[in-house]
Amino acid sequence: MQTFDLGAEGLRALNSALHALKGQTNMTEWEVINPKGAHAIAAGVDAPVDITVRGSTGYYCAGMNKLATVRVKGSAGPGVAENMMSGTVIIDGDASQYAGATGRGGLLVIKGNASSRCGISMKGINIVVHGNIGHMSAFMAQSGNIVCLGDAGEALGDSLYEARLFVRGTVKSLGADCIEKEMRPEHYAIVEDLLRQGEADTKAKPEEFRRYGSARKLYTFNIDNASSY
Amino acid sequence: MTDFPRTPPRYSATFTPAINAEIRRAAATGIYDIRGGGTKRHLPHFDDLLFLGASISRYPLEGYREKCATDVWLGTRFAKKPIHLDIPVTIAGMSFGALSGPAKEALGRGASAAGTSTTTGDGGMTEEERGHSRTLVYQYLPSRYGMNPDDLRRADAIEVVVGQGAKPGGGGMLLGQKISDRVAAMRNLPKGIDQRSACRHPDWTGPDDLEIKIMEIREITDWEKPIYVKVGGARPYYDTALAVKAGADVVVLDGMQGGTAATQDVFIEHVGMPILACIPLAVKALQDLGMHRKVQLIVSGGIRTGADVAKAMALGADAVAIGTAALIALGDNDPKWESEYQALGTTADAYDDWHEGRDPAGITTQDPELSKRFDPILGGRRLKNYLKVMTLEAQTIARACGKNHLHNLEPEDLCSLTIEAAAMAGVPLAGTNWIPGRNGGF
Ligand SMILES: Cc1cc2nc3c(=O)[nH]c(=O)nc-3n(C[C@H](O)[C@H](O)[C@H](O)COP(=O)(O)O)c2cc1C
Repeated sequence: MQTFDLGAEGLRALNSALHALKGQTNMTEWEVINPKGAHAIAAGVDAPVDITVRGSTGYYCAGMNKLATVRVKGSAGPGVAENMMSGTVIIDGDASQYAGATGRGGLLVIKGNASSRCGISMKGINIVVHGNIGHMSAFMAQSGNIVCLGDAGEALGDSLYEARLFVRGTVKSLGADCIEKEMRPEHYAIVEDLLRQGEADTKAKPEEFRRYGSARKLYTFNIDNASSY
Repeated sequence: MTDFPRTPPRYSATFTPAINAEIRRAAATGIYDIRGGGTKRHLPHFDDLLFLGASISRYPLEGYREKCATDVWLGTRFAKKPIHLDIPVTIAGMSFGALSGPAKEALGRGASAAGTSTTTGDGGMTEEERGHSRTLVYQYLPSRYGMNPDDLRRADAIEVVVGQGAKPGGGGMLLGQKISDRVAAMRNLPKGIDQRSACRHPDWTGPDDLEIKIMEIREITDWEKPIYVKVGGARPYYDTALAVKAGADVVVLDGMQGGTAATQDVFIEHVGMPILACIPLAVKALQDLGMHRKVQLIVSGGIRTGADVAKAMALGADAVAIGTAALIALGDNDPKWESEYQALGTTADAYDDWHEGRDPAGITTQDPELSKRFDPILGGRRLKNYLKVMTLEAQTIARACGKNHLHNLEPEDLCSLTIEAAAMAGVPLAGTNWIPGRNGGF
């Protein structure tokens, strides 16, 4: 286990050390201490390393992550795991706005609540939130899955494309072109799998979730739908 | 019956045939007009400025003998690997999706042969373009289509797009007709649906966030790449100042004449400011911050000739970018396809339905048959020639003004033909020392 004191050595030294691991296949373990809300911690990592951040992080922690497992033993600021490609990011606390924005792959787990715009414009990532998700979550979400054990805020899935949204609690309101859809066997299987991967299988059961997806009415412009825009 | 002189039919200057035709079209279809290209109305522009040339007080440089350098460094503020271009005319970001793969290849070929850079666009980086571009700028757009850290790292610079001159405050659109399998896969969307690219970035809002976003991109790319911030010509003084504050290496400023692949006509014609009005304000912001020439300024929007390049640089830009002109150099809107333009209900030099993907020249299309008409090697050669001509023209003017580098051109080399241009560009009306709004009159 490598321990890196971010307060003493600085962000640039941390990220360049982590970037230097590209291409290696050994699962090495890293621990980052004194993060003190710094931005861009472990951004752009491209190696199957296990990084534990002991404390809360600022903006864009684990941004564009590839392969790495990043655990935050605290809360995460805006844009955690933005544009993640692969790997796993686990936040023990809450996550601020835009968690997992534009993520293309991998798994983001938030054990607390996620703020507004969780999964905005997501493109393949899976997101499991143990608590609630804020307003405008999954705005323009293209693909991937959100599994939310709590409630969803206003305008869930506005202008949604093909992402699947599974919510266990209440949904304050649905955004333009987002509708409730039937849970079929394949959907129960997805939720079951993600609950397990997201360390939430003891907290909820797949049958408790409802599914939301795109009505696909805004896919091609039609003047009669203009009021939905 | 007495034959009195009759009042000839008189068209209204308000309800012109073109306006009336648009009212009828809107009434029949219920949808606004979408098109490509830039503003078509008359606007104060570089044509309204003239160079004074040398005289007794200023002596010129000899045409073929005395050097007039044209190179430019971009990204010298923070990037470990700033960019060095032989000429200050760059190719603006144009999306793969809007343009065909071979057209992107040709842009790369032509720009590289002329010693300049090309830019990706909404939709991500293509192999055609990366492979054929010596220097490639990778756009970071609200849609983030195709965005990934590997392409960030194999780019030579990164351009965070906040806005575009054709539509400051607007998002993108790529209509279903142009969503081929390849475009759909790159964008991670179903084939054949209309795509609305968001107008705001998904994970930052405002200048303080932008600063953190730029820092994150620098961290991901180990502080190697120059980071540009592109803004539409809306509030150039503040946008430039805020981009500098946010840590940009280069500000790209696109005036309202700037082309687009597809936008509402009402947006293209009615939102934003002409580039002529934008440049002096951006330069002022850089000067006020002590950053002129330290943070470089690239301007675009209706640049067509070496004279335009020289004028933009005399007003304080470090380089320019071209979009529409590059497409025309490749062969877009060429009269040789006139019969096909006629069949589409238009004519060469007026064709702007680029969003429909039926471009007879095979450039703004994803149709494999139409794309085949376009030869990327020939297109690249034509673009190189055109870029060389623009550079020679700009050098001709600079030498006549006694300058041994294009960067030495200055506002004092210029006068204005119209009061509007004098006020906007901040150079005196020809034959006077009057800059409206500045020094009280002659
Ligand atoms: C076909 C086409 C596609 C474009 N696509 C993009 C784009 O993806 N991103 C962007 O920032 N600007 C885009 N633009 C705008 C150009 O980058 C540039 O700002 C503009 O073309 C400059 O004005 P000009 O066309 O008068 O030279 C596009 C322009 C055209 C003509």
